[in-house]
Amino acid sequence: MKNKSKILSAPYTVWMVIFILVPVLLVAYFAFTNKSGEFTVENILHVGQYSNVFIRSIWMGAAATIISLIIGYPLAYIISKMKAKTQNVMIMLIMLPMWMNFLLRTYAWMTLLENNGLINRLLGLFGIGPFEMINTSGAVVLGMVYNYLPFMILPLYSIMTKIDNTTLEAARDLGSNSVTTFTRVILPLSMPGVRTGITMVFVPSVSTFIISRMLGGGGNLLIGDLIDLQFLGNAYNPNLGAAISLVLMVLILLCMSVFNQFGDEEEMEGMLL
Amino acid sequence: MSKTVISLKDITVSYDGEQVLKNFNLQIKDGEFVTLLGPSGCGKTTVLRTIGGFVAPETGDVFFSEAKITDIPPHKRELNTIFQKYALFPHLNVFNNVAFGMRIKGKKEREVKEMVTSMLELVNLTGYAHRSVSQLSGGQQQRVAIARALANEPKVLLLDEPLGALDLKLRKDMQVELKKIQQQTGITFIFVTHDQEEALSMSDTVVVMDKGEIQQIGTPTDIYNEPQNAFVADFIGESNILDGVMLEDFKVRFAGHTFDCLDKGFGRNQPVDVVIRPEDIDVISAENSQINGEVTNITFKGVHYEIIVDVAGFKWMIQSTDFQEVGAKIGLSLTPDDIHVMKKSEYSGSFGDYSTFSDEMEEDMILEEEAAESKEAEIEE
Repeated sequence: MKNKSKILSAPYTVWMVIFILVPVLLVAYFAFTNKSGEFTVENILHVGQYSNVFIRSIWMGAAATIISLIIGYPLAYIISKMKAKTQNVMIMLIMLPMWMNFLLRTYAWMTLLENNGLINRLLGLFGIGPFEMINTSGAVVLGMVYNYLPFMILPLYSIMTKIDNTTLEAARDLGSNSVTTFTRVILPLSMPGVRTGITMVFVPSVSTFIISRMLGGGGNLLIGDLIDLQFLGNAYNPNLGAAISLVLMVLILLCMSVFNQFGDEEEMEGMLL
Repeated sequence: MSKTVISLKDITVSYDGEQVLKNFNLQIKDGEFVTLLGPSGCGKTTVLRTIGGFVAPETGDVFFSEAKITDIPPHKRELNTIFQKYALFPHLNVFNNVAFGMRIKGKKEREVKEMVTSMLELVNLTGYAHRSVSQLSGGQQQRVAIARALANEPKVLLLDEPLGALDLKLRKDMQVELKKIQQQTGITFIFVTHDQEEALSMSDTVVVMDKGEIQQIGTPTDIYNEPQNAFVADFIGESNILDGVMLEDFKVRFAGHTFDCLDKGFGRNQPVDVVIRPEDIDVISAENSQINGEVTNITFKGVHYEIIVDVAGFKWMIQSTDFQEVGAKIGLSLTPDDIHVMKKSEYSGSFGDYSTFSDEMEEDMILEEEAAESKEAEIEE
């Protein structure tokens, strides 16, 4: 029995080794070597000078994640309470933009946000503006929220549909009004979805480079752009790029583990309350 | 005397245009163990949910100790529900599940702890306080649900088929335990079930329901011995229900003979339904009896045999501790006490014959079905 499952899992194991383990090891290798292939920690030390970029990336990623959560949570809850048929339609509508090319969607935002873009022209009709929207950090966060919101909604929605309605009835029966039902039952029961959603929005937001390049102009360089520059740009330095990637990976892991710790505590607290 | 604690007046409830309750009226006395009994879809759970506040009636009102509570939301009603699937909070352990209601009400943590401990003791779950509810068996989860509801010291406890998911042995134990808890606490229990035996053995009052209407309200003995119509007679226990004519007070004619009975107050020659419980019938020799027939089937049930007797085409069921040979001619003996006369109702004629019990009948039916099937097959070819 055990042998059989081993044989069956062999292709996946091979796949994972080739496409996940080996690349990670390669990144680590490049990060700790210089151009001539000698061991060095200089690249890692070098990363320090970009700390402002790291802080900006994490800050923007966090902002996008929080905004996505604020928008996504109520929306997922409302959808989960709809009739089964309406639910399917709503979920499809949420997925629909994802069928379109990522670049195209972000381009569309450019034309909307430009100084003489659609929004400013529309506002101009009422004598308001023009506002400078493109090439701001706000535009980058907006792009992140727009592109990654479905990744927040879907896990929340799927966990919320699993909350048994009789559990909520039981809460009401035991004296909870809608507020306490939410804080003591719905919220703690949907925490796994919140955690998945946050991970799925935060991680790609922090490491994005297209969104910041297209909507952020030159002033909103993110880690993704920085790495991009080291491989494809004129700063060509794959070793430094690898080092930045490695640091980013560690930072994200740290962020997530801190957050998960916090989430667990929250759940524990919910239990004690 | 104890006063009315819950009262339903002219309640009508519909789901998707279908009436589930029709002008439903019910009074429940304080401290009573009341059971709503009926087949699935009879509206008994709807009655419970209306009392609990989860269903808003279209017309009519719900009263709680004389006060109208029709428009009061569930969380403000002084009653608690035990749900069919227990509905425990999966993210909380046993202790916190039981403590939930008290904490919502802002009780002091010391009081909460005391109450939870005594509740867990009441339901025999001492020592389980810090278990996760998902680690518990069905019976244990049920006890947690009971403790959780009782911890709020409700005046009325609503129980929606709480024992439905348990196996037979556990169900019997829980029946005894629930009854004991009810007697200890003096809380009014409103219990919903489709299990007539459960209803009879636990309740002070049984409300038999069908098609959104009350068929009969009474003590378990009343319901069993004096059913008001063929539905009640058939639903509660086994019954032979025969067409009869009430000749005059204390005289009824059925199965081709006239019998003395204890019933009166019917019109002269009024058509009636006659109920005879299988365990009341005595088996005598065929020659000495007015009613005699041939045994067509016998089933051993442990305590007794279930004997099906064909008397001039009508199949009677008899429960007797004596074995009878299939094919034997036997006589049935009835005393006036065994006969119960009911008014005709919409249910007359739909219950009471045990034809489907006989093997012979089943064989006939199978043969007929096969014949019909082969005919269909021929036509298709």
